Amino acid sequence: MTLKVSMKVNGKPVSAEVEARTLLVTYIREHLRLTGTHVGCDTAQCGACTVMMNGKAIKSCSIVAMQAEGADLLTIEGVAKPDGTLHPMQAAFKENHGLQCGFCTPGMVMNALDFAKSHPNPSEQEVREALEGNLCRCTGYHNIVKSIIAGAKAMGGKL
Amino acid sequence: MNAPASSSLVGARVQRKEDYRFLTGAGQYTDDVALPNQAHAAFVRSPHAHAKIRKISLEKARKSPGVVGIFTGTDLANAKVGGLPCGWLITDVNGQPMKEPPHPCLAQGKVRHVGDQVAVVIAETLAQAKDAAELVDVDYEVLPAVVDAAAARKSKVVVHDGVPENTCYVWALGDKAACDAAFAKAAHVTKLEFINNRLIPNAIEPRAAIGGYNRADESYTLYVASQNPHVERLLMTAFVLGLPEHKVRVIAPDVGGGFGSKIYLYAEDVVVTWAAKQLNRPVKWTAERSESFVSDAHGRDHITVAELAMDKDGKFLGMRVRTTANMGAYLSTFASCIPTILYATLLAGQYTTPVIYCEVTAVFTNTTPVDAYRGAGRPEATYVVERLVETAAREMKLDPAEIRRRNFIRSFPYQTPVALQYDTGNYDATLDAALELSDRKNFEKRKAESLKNGKLRGLGYAAYIEACGIAPSAVAGSLGARAGLFEAGEVRVHPTGSVTVFTGSHSHGQGHETTFAQVVADRLGIPIENVDIVHGDTSKVLFGMGTYGSRSIAVGGTAIVKALDKVIAKGKKIAAHLLEASEADIEYDRGEFKVAGTDKKKMFGEVAFAAYVPHNYPHDKLEPGLNENAFYDPANFTFPAGTYVCEVEIDRDTGVVKIERFTAVDDFGRIINPMIVEGQVHGGLVQGIGQALTEGCRYDAENGQLLTGSYMDYCMPRADDVPSFKVDTRETPCTHNPLGVKGCGEAGAIGSPAALMNAITDALGVKDVAMPATAQTVWKHLQEKSHARV
Repeated sequence: MTLKVSMKVNGKPVSAEVEARTLLVTYIREHLRLTGTHVGCDTAQCGACTVMMNGKAIKSCSIVAMQAEGADLLTIEGVAKPDGTLHPMQAAFKENHGLQCGFCTPGMVMNALDFAKSHPNPSEQEVREALEGNLCRCTGYHNIVKSIIAGAKAMGGKL
Repeated sequence: MNAPASSSLVGARVQRKEDYRFLTGAGQYTDDVALPNQAHAAFVRSPHAHAKIRKISLEKARKSPGVVGIFTGTDLANAKVGGLPCGWLITDVNGQPMKEPPHPCLAQGKVRHVGDQVAVVIAETLAQAKDAAELVDVDYEVLPAVVDAAAARKSKVVVHDGVPENTCYVWALGDKAACDAAFAKAAHVTKLEFINNRLIPNAIEPRAAIGGYNRADESYTLYVASQNPHVERLLMTAFVLGLPEHKVRVIAPDVGGGFGSKIYLYAEDVVVTWAAKQLNRPVKWTAERSESFVSDAHGRDHITVAELAMDKDGKFLGMRVRTTANMGAYLSTFASCIPTILYATLLAGQYTTPVIYCEVTAVFTNTTPVDAYRGAGRPEATYVVERLVETAAREMKLDPAEIRRRNFIRSFPYQTPVALQYDTGNYDATLDAALELSDRKNFEKRKAESLKNGKLRGLGYAAYIEACGIAPSAVAGSLGARAGLFEAGEVRVHPTGSVTVFTGSHSHGQGHETTFAQVVADRLGIPIENVDIVHGDTSKVLFGMGTYGSRSIAVGGTAIVKALDKVIAKGKKIAAHLLEASEADIEYDRGEFKVAGTDKKKMFGEVAFAAYVPHNYPHDKLEPGLNENAFYDPANFTFPAGTYVCEVEIDRDTGVVKIERFTAVDDFGRIINPMIVEGQVHGGLVQGIGQALTEGCRYDAENGQLLTGSYMDYCMPRADDVPSFKVDTRETPCTHNPLGVKGCGEAGAIGSPAALMNAITDALGVKDVAMPATAQTVWKHLQEKSHARV
């Protein structure tokens, strides 16, 4: 059974006919070809698939595309300015070497954006707890934590 | 034309060239690649640890919508597709070759571990392939399984026919008689028995592969999440598919972490490549995480008895080690050399122990194959040495730092009794720095404060050594390696003086595109923006042995330096002609070819231009163009070393271990980019901490089921499980490569488990605690102690 889904992704209206069982992450990656959102575990444990839906960070592997009907989605491809300038959170990851292989990075950044909206000046412990849902195997988290603290300060509570 | 670079790039914290694409979602990992008309593969895997396959019924699956092909082991056998080869031959104590049972890409009549590949189903969509795979009906005759290395030799289970006692080899290194004699005269012997727990690597990018075939020129293309595309191609073409290498292109694009698990040639890579020709269309496979758990090569899994003999002053007289290593069900690509060549040779550590004897028994079990995982043999060796040394200090009532100082090697080069020759090192320097940085002198105060709060505080050290830059090919060959271990590099100077460098090293998080560009820009004296590094594609890069064993900068970097020196040498000839000077008078300095003692000069870019627009050119002596390549085979291993100090606090009521301080001081020789080096250390530390605190692969001993097959059961360290780190470095440059570099990728994972377990045993006041020291494990020790007090 296929169904039509429509939503806004990175400011652009999109719609497609998809199988009912199509996961949101599959829709984003395979139908929209926005491959910056990654799949690391299939079980909502690693956070590599994190996107923003209606302003909140969610794991796009754990809902089906239909559940995002009418939603406003932001993926990693929509975070930098249209001229390519990095968002302050992205810039903080670069400046603080908050990424290595880059695979978990989009999910980390999307989660950090949501977190930083309400934490303009977070403590290390707050950041570590906020990363509970995101796995990184490369960085040991040290520089991700530094990046998010710096990025949050630069954002000043505003996306 | 290029302006000279103003300051040295080597040693600078240059931000990474690769970050922009990863931060904007523009990276291209294998699963991001979509080829026109690609079909999707799903593997049917064994649900049993050990079973005979009576029959495979495909009728229902074949009728399932979208299916375009189903293949089993019979199809591969009929097509004469070979099994997966092992790249290292170990010769046993009796001079006999190790047992190498077949490792079929799809099961041939029997499955030997949960997750063993039985069939591949290929369909128009991934969902259709998975649906149809569910309909493949395999009739299994379930057999008893053995999973535990300790049980394997005596078990009635026969994992492979023709492999008595399930034993791959019994191998030894060192002089047993001399070692026994040293123990006979010892004033004290410290003995430990422990398990180095099996780990599952878990790069966050699951493995993936897309095979393609072009009938027009009978060529194949394989996109694969691999750490070493050329080795993958060599093994696959020469040993499995019997194809000419020039007809196979292997592309390892952006790769989302490897840690060893993406070194190997895997069955899925072969199957999608072969199937692409059968179906005449690309075939794509991406592992689900549950497949990664059962099909990525695992790491560690040793059972060890280790003894250290000392005189009355704590001077080491000898070390005796007996290890049983679990190979899993089949020999993975480099499995055989990990618990031998990369393990026993490291048992001297930083110490002058005069005699060492190590015996290793490698066994087959009904578990996923085990191979190199970050550190590969060296974490296991360091765990043996550093747990022994710390325990010895406690038993001898010596300060753990003092016992180490009494035994440090201080004269170099130093020939160990276990084959390696250390070129250089300064172990006092890293120990002193680590004690200072960790504020060792105030530890007792902090311990008293913890006690006041009802908590136990402990301190642990690890002074590790590792052998990196693997390896002199001739040495490796004499030890059983079936491949060379050099590296290749090419420097292509473009007509206007920008440079593309091709390296056989692969980067999957290490930042080679930045570090290597720093080396090149620094050596040529040109802006780093004018340098691009290309890796990971056999059709672009001349050759390569890939990235593992912290070898990239030491071996791959040196190959590039050698090619750069050729570029400069040719540039001098061109400049001499242009400047009408003698070649001997030309000096190269920061982007300028100068006539010594004059102000006559040509910029690098001008010389490059002359090489490609050779109107005024010494055609009688030189070819046009400026493009050089080099192969570098290292003269020796490199020997990074360091001291780690860990301080933990343990909650008596819950057994929860909190790492209060972790200090790492490493000697990696010269450092190209400190920011990247620190990142490598941080990541390694957390993988080591994961081994010691949270991670442990578990199989059901009866039925061989993997009990830790998801992130719900296999506990990966998360951000709130670990602290921030204090890291620093000391430099004794490597003496045998031009950069003076040693490598930094694995150190953190090598040194941290011993440091952490030394701290935990110190806090608890017990001799040993099994890894992982979960809250439950620690709590049990606390209960035993409190009962003992009553």
